[in-house]
Amino acid sequence: MPDTLLFAMEATLNGLTAGVMYALVALGFVLIFKASGIFNFAQGVMALFAALTLVGFQSGQIPFSHLINAIFGTRLHHFGWNMPTLLAIPATVAVMILLAILIERFVLKHLINQEPIILFMATIGLAYLLEGVGDIMWGAEVKALDVGLPKGMSDTVDELTFNWFGYGFFIDRLELWAAGIAAVLVASLTIFSQYTKQGRALRAVADDHQAALSVGISLRFIWVLTWSIAGIVALVAGIMWGSKSGVQFSLSLIALKALPVLILGGFTSIPGAIIGGLIIGVGEKLFDFFMQPIIGGATENWFAYMLALVFLLFRPQGLFGERIIERV
Amino acid sequence: MLDTQPEEGYVTADGRKIGGVAMEMKNITLRFGGVVAIKDISFDIRWGEVRAIIGPNGAGKSSMLNVISGFYNPQEGEIIYKGYKRPRMRPYQVARTGIARTFQNIALFEGMSVLDNIMTGRLHHMKANLFQQALWWGKASREEQENREKVEKIIDFLEIQHIRKTPVARLPYGLKKRVELARALAAEPSILLLDEPMAGMNVEEKEDMCRFILDVNDEFGTTTVLIEHDMGVVMDLSDRVVVMDYGKKIGDGTPDEVRNNEEVIKAYLGVAHE
Repeated sequence: MPDTLLFAMEATLNGLTAGVMYALVALGFVLIFKASGIFNFAQGVMALFAALTLVGFQSGQIPFSHLINAIFGTRLHHFGWNMPTLLAIPATVAVMILLAILIERFVLKHLINQEPIILFMATIGLAYLLEGVGDIMWGAEVKALDVGLPKGMSDTVDELTFNWFGYGFFIDRLELWAAGIAAVLVASLTIFSQYTKQGRALRAVADDHQAALSVGISLRFIWVLTWSIAGIVALVAGIMWGSKSGVQFSLSLIALKALPVLILGGFTSIPGAIIGGLIIGVGEKLFDFFMQPIIGGATENWFAYMLALVFLLFRPQGLFGERIIERV
Repeated sequence: MLDTQPEEGYVTADGRKIGGVAMEMKNITLRFGGVVAIKDISFDIRWGEVRAIIGPNGAGKSSMLNVISGFYNPQEGEIIYKGYKRPRMRPYQVARTGIARTFQNIALFEGMSVLDNIMTGRLHHMKANLFQQALWWGKASREEQENREKVEKIIDFLEIQHIRKTPVARLPYGLKKRVELARALAAEPSILLLDEPMAGMNVEEKEDMCRFILDVNDEFGTTTVLIEHDMGVVMDLSDRVVVMDYGKKIGDGTPDEVRNNEEVIKAYLGVAHE
């Protein structure tokens, strides 16, 4: 087999796993958009906040210690324990649920029946607020996140491909795990939304508020539920991205990468988020591979956005989104 | 008051049993800012009857229905339901007390299938908690099964078997109205509220809907409150009729009594208001 083909195959595989990471972030957006019609600008910051909280719990950091020290002149920083990961994750989940309750109580509740654009603006505010709160609570320095997921080159893939092709592919084990976890996450979310009472209620609320009320669905409960799920998905994305490149402010910018994924897959489709993520992941790796000799490197920075622009021109509803029909 | 029926209940000419008072509206007044939509209205709804609310456009009929279903909270007056004064409630809480409704402009979940739409009507009959559902434990799946059977019965009853998997958005208007009725019935309501169930239908569809409303009342003894413009339909369907005009009650009684009420005739013939 020619080398170029092998390298392209490796790039494709790497693209697939990277795509899963994009899809994880996009998933959070789709969930909230489907259930409430809100484009949640804060999704990326939620991932950052979740990762910060997880690291904070793990290392036994005292929340708001900088603030407390500044006011009272104390020198607090750590409780002096290390929380095991298995305990820190549920604790972080609890924090994300609490966050969902607070968002409902202080933001959404007051914006019932408002235009989607107003809710969107509110989530921009929420993003900045959460970013600030995250900094004050846990400090702004770059932190390493380790939840015990394997990292580095996967020997199995390397060995397998070497036996087949005489050339070992390099695949990050973390990204393989991310793919597996994303698959489980998507499967359980799909089952939840299609076959359970609350899932049905969730779809009902997304469809028609008035009708949902008339069959006895509490909008507020469903909103808290949706934002909790989005918070948990954000935590998963935060863990994956945090393990890969550290927990720092730039983590919240992965949300930007999710945008082209959403434009490709459609804002309302969970499978769309996955497939959109994969297309972008593979697309940018292959584009880089083939075009680098001609136009130079770093195409990954802009390829996804260019692809999104093309889609906006020719298929604005995305691959799997609901067709936009304007009835006059 | 033209209400001449005995308090403890009676049997209608066609043999249906009408019971005592299910719900009593006492001096209801509803205002939107300076506009008075409902002015000091009182009437009652009896178990098992078909009760109609009629009146010219803008009379406040839909507002009245919205008060009963909790979508509007009246500024004055009280609602006695099943013998107790109903506290201020949110619409979804009212729905859970056994009051189901349809809407004038159809409020269905357009993106969901007919079956899923009707299943939402049973949501508050399903008790499995979030964790049991998430894990699809015994109770959750058994419950889904039982509720599914009840829903299938209603689907049979309303003759919509052939469209049960169809997304609602694709259905014609008349069938959508029927699906909406099915969803309301799925809740096994104590009181069923129908807001213009026959608006915009052709003659054939109207006849079907009429038959279904009567059959539902007959078969399940469902207490039904409906708003309708078609006078022929109202007079055929209902046991008692409330007539509203400009937010006030101008008549209340059996169809015959109402037909001969002078004020009602005035309102419908369009005599000028002072």
